[in-house]
Amino acid sequence: MKEMTFGQYYPTNSPVHKMNASVKILLVIAYIVAVFMVDYYHFLGLLACLFAIVIATVIARVPFGRMLKSIKGVIFLVVFSAVLQVFFNKQGTPLWEGGFITDEGLLTAGFITMRIVLIVLGASLLTLTTSPVELADGIEFLLYPLKYIKFPVHEFALIMSIALRFIPTLLEETDRIIKAQKARGANFESGNIFKRAKALIPVLIPLLISSFRRADELADAMDARCYAGSKVRTKYKKTTFGLGDLFGLLFFAGLIVGVVYLNGFYLYPYLVA
Amino acid sequence: MQIVAKDLTYIYSEKSKSLAVRAVDGVTLTIDEGEFFGIVGRTGSGKSTFVQHLNGLIKVGKDKGSLKIGEFDLTDKDCDFMALRSKVGMVFQYPEAQLFAETVFDDVAFGLKNFYPELSPEETTERVKTALTLVGLNYEEVKEKSPFELSGGQKRRVAIAGVIVTRPEVLVLDEPAAGLDPVGKRDFIRLLKELHKTFVKTIIIVSHDMNLVSENCSRAVVFDKGKIALSGTPKEIFSDAKKVAELGLDLPVTAKLTNDLKDKGIIIDSDLTTDDFIQKYLRAVKDKGGAL
Ligand SMILES: Nc1ncnc2c1ncn2[C@@H]1O[C@H](COP(=O)(O)OP(=O)(O)OP(=O)(O)O)[C@@H](O)[C@H]1O
Ligand SMILES: [Mg+2]
Repeated sequence: MKEMTFGQYYPTNSPVHKMNASVKILLVIAYIVAVFMVDYYHFLGLLACLFAIVIATVIARVPFGRMLKSIKGVIFLVVFSAVLQVFFNKQGTPLWEGGFITDEGLLTAGFITMRIVLIVLGASLLTLTTSPVELADGIEFLLYPLKYIKFPVHEFALIMSIALRFIPTLLEETDRIIKAQKARGANFESGNIFKRAKALIPVLIPLLISSFRRADELADAMDARCYAGSKVRTKYKKTTFGLGDLFGLLFFAGLIVGVVYLNGFYLYPYLVA
Repeated sequence: MQIVAKDLTYIYSEKSKSLAVRAVDGVTLTIDEGEFFGIVGRTGSGKSTFVQHLNGLIKVGKDKGSLKIGEFDLTDKDCDFMALRSKVGMVFQYPEAQLFAETVFDDVAFGLKNFYPELSPEETTERVKTALTLVGLNYEEVKEKSPFELSGGQKRRVAIAGVIVTRPEVLVLDEPAAGLDPVGKRDFIRLLKELHKTFVKTIIIVSHDMNLVSENCSRAVVFDKGKIALSGTPKEIFSDAKKVAELGLDLPVTAKLTNDLKDKGIIIDSDLTTDDFIQKYLRAVKDKGGAL
């Protein structure tokens, strides 16, 4: 369970790592928008997006292996939607006389697969180059305007960063409790779905209890250090807007323009011609 | 049941080159029935990983050596792990974290019902009662209580009762005395010794407390980076103070005193238990005519 890599921080101290987290979040959103702006079957647009994310990955000095690993997490989704398209898309012309696989089905499958992969790559580049704390800070900054409608932005960000911080702890704890109950003969692997759900009770209850205990301890520790909420808090790390951020903004603005431009080129007729 | 490990190896995250950790590295070790066996070593040396093999919580990988416990061959694909786990009980650090049921009775009965679903209610009650009594709790007093309203020490006893209720022949304990006060610790050791006189034939204890080891263990091994660095009786293990320090361990008080006295020219050859040490010491004093 500890071997999950999706979204693990990979520090290399590259220009991308040094960028402002809020800017990076905005850029990833822009990037995802760009991926969705590519019209159906305009693969050149997708290639442009791929090109952009590859460049960003190279600059970030994140190994491509790490990026590809994150795709593993969504492989089921990708295969599932591709299979669905290939076998059940009835539009377009069949590939062979009376066949049930159409050219449009194949194209759509390829297109959707690329789209999902590109989005996952973008999201994981963000989490690989931004530590959870920075991420939470970035989101807090972006949500700042909501303060004016009395939304507790700071508290929300705090909850988020605490949750992020405790995910590994929780996984470890789960692992330990599962082992302890297995040693007492608990069986999580066989039986029907109800049996299995029931078998989880001896894991979930201790987990819940230890989480409450941890929450209590954390609250005490925060009290002891005079944590008093958002009103009086300043930041340890001041957010800045640097040259890298400016460059990033220009780069992704260029991507969006490029995608719009490439939407004008419909390649498929040339491919079959 | 005799425990025989040959060349046992375990690697975490084996597939990843950067994350792979050789937690257990070619361990060959025999633990005989009836031993009170100690496993020590600095933090991260692979003790927990090793002992989790003993009831199949960690499976022996292909080409990762062999492990036999009595009749059970853990390298075998068809090994009956349920039967094994009923014979080899495992107490983890902070075992009270495993409590979950509404009443102490239900919690202790959990393992029993898993391993022996055919047991009659009377038999179940009898066994739960025996287990709770063995760990020093008053059955009538606690059986209906929620495990969560007990004190820390009581919780730990309930958790241990929940393991020994199936009458394991081998009891493995991974740092069971952590977080206990001195009195709690003493009571706990007493409990282990009591259990050792009953159906529990072999006790294997992982501990950072060298006094506990020298005082109680018939034999012990020292783990270092997944390998066995030293093995033998406590006396043999703690005879080389320098080596022990290199392995990141302390000496038990009796071994320290033995060394200090040796510097003063007094040789005491004890097995490092307090009782034996004191006896030998008093004899040495007498031999010198009481002039020390
Ligand atoms: N689930 C895991 N995933 C990856 N590595 C692990 C895991 N559990 C332990 N390790 C690593 O394996 C090595 C041995 O760990 P192990 O827990 O067996 O040591 P230990 O001797 O029990 O230490 P301690 O005295 O601190 O309990 C350590 O380097 C540890 O970091
Ligand atoms: Mg350990």
